[in-house]
Amino acid sequence: MWSLGLLLLFVKVYGLLLVVLLLAAYLVLLERKLLGRLQIRLGPNRAGIFGILQPIADGLKMLLKEDVVPGRADRALFLLAPAVVSGTALLTFAVIPLGEQITLWGREIPLMIADLNVGVLYVLALSSLGVYGVALGGWASNSKYSLLGAVRGAAQLISYELPLALSLVPVIMLAGSLSLSDIVRAQAGYPFLLVQPVGFFIFLVSSMAESKRLPFDLPEAENELMAGYHTEYSGMRFGLFFLGEYAHMIALGALVAVFFLGGWHGPFLPPGLWLLVKTMLIPLFLIWTRASFPRLRYDQLMHFCWKILIPVAVLNIVATGAFMVFTG
Amino acid sequence: MHAKIRRIGTNIFSGIRGTVRAYSTTLRHLFRRPITEQYPEYRRELPERSRARIILTRSPDGEERCVACFLCSGACPVDCISMQAAEREDGRRYAPWFRINFGRCIYCGLCEEACPTLAIQLTPDYEFSSRRILSLVYEKQDLLVDHGGKHPQYDFYDHAGVEDKTTKGMHASEGAPVNVKGNLP
Repeated sequence: MWSLGLLLLFVKVYGLLLVVLLLAAYLVLLERKLLGRLQIRLGPNRAGIFGILQPIADGLKMLLKEDVVPGRADRALFLLAPAVVSGTALLTFAVIPLGEQITLWGREIPLMIADLNVGVLYVLALSSLGVYGVALGGWASNSKYSLLGAVRGAAQLISYELPLALSLVPVIMLAGSLSLSDIVRAQAGYPFLLVQPVGFFIFLVSSMAESKRLPFDLPEAENELMAGYHTEYSGMRFGLFFLGEYAHMIALGALVAVFFLGGWHGPFLPPGLWLLVKTMLIPLFLIWTRASFPRLRYDQLMHFCWKILIPVAVLNIVATGAFMVFTG
Repeated sequence: MHAKIRRIGTNIFSGIRGTVRAYSTTLRHLFRRPITEQYPEYRRELPERSRARIILTRSPDGEERCVACFLCSGACPVDCISMQAAEREDGRRYAPWFRINFGRCIYCGLCEEACPTLAIQLTPDYEFSSRRILSLVYEKQDLLVDHGGKHPQYDFYDHAGVEDKTTKGMHASEGAPVNVKGNLP
């Protein structure tokens, strides 16, 4: 019987991996097309009709490029860092619930890879581990641009982890569980966005900062740091950083969908499709944001996190707690 | 205290307004027609004075304008123009060979500005790139055209103060020779 369970696990892992990697690849194309249109350009349209073969062309190009390791880089860490970045981004999907349990051949099959009872902690832990990819990659490159980018990245990611986690506390209080599937089940009536707009806003802004994208892209500020922590990377290792960034965007979208938008719940459409639609809202919003805003200054970034987001998040927790106590 | 609260209020208000404006501007752009010109399918008509392929022009009477004065090759910042000077039997200077290496040319147009006889001119024709770099070295027969370029009616010797085709006092914008003795008091 255990072999059947293992087979099922493999099917789920590889199925989800395939979907996420395809989504990440086509999110790159979507970003380039949409960013182009937002800037009154066309975006890539040469590879295939409407440029739909562009991700394949990009992937092929990156695979065929030489994998350069700088002469005095810390080789082991240099090779490890991109895997950490994309690995932590992909591992987040292990706890995303795609739908309610289904019964197949008399077996209860949860539509997620691992129904962890501490799913929220797992997600936050992975997002903290992702900092290592940035910090180690920048440090191991033995280049000043990479190091500066890594230092900025580490400080930014660790700072924004606090409001990210704090904005989830009211959600956990409302759901009464740390399991992601229980949190989604608690939103059967209404999504938590309606009762936690402040928490949603804080989570959204923090996830923008966590994804290291404009207006929070100081770790890879092109004008100052060339490409920041991944300046020295080339070929598929750079591709892994890239993939990790886009997988991270999708992961954040999925988390927003699970925590605030009601996960798989929704009328008419099947649950998986609802989750997909809600998941893609956040990457689209991030792309729109990228087209709209310039980069923040570093002191503004830190000021915004420590002096505005964290106090507001704490107040939000207190207010939610008080409301729950008074209404019983 | 009042002023401080009001300042914070204005800051928040202007921040929100700025955010909304940024998003709405990009959203409006999303529904505009892209301004991209797709090059190989659509070739824009370039302005007459755009700077690309260099030509050597001729005067209205069909003679080469170039007098091999070396001012263009002297002005060239990348030294892509070379030539040799010689004199015809009638004393007129010309270039037996004239060579421009378009692999080095940066199309700055300084040669055109330097040219006293308006011989060397830049044209809007830019589509002559090549993978064989030696084919980008243009000789005199490749450069010479049989028209006057941007100034079809111009003839240097109509204006120059030398007696070549035109006798003294007959050049364009030149007065008759002054009778020096008639100027005396």
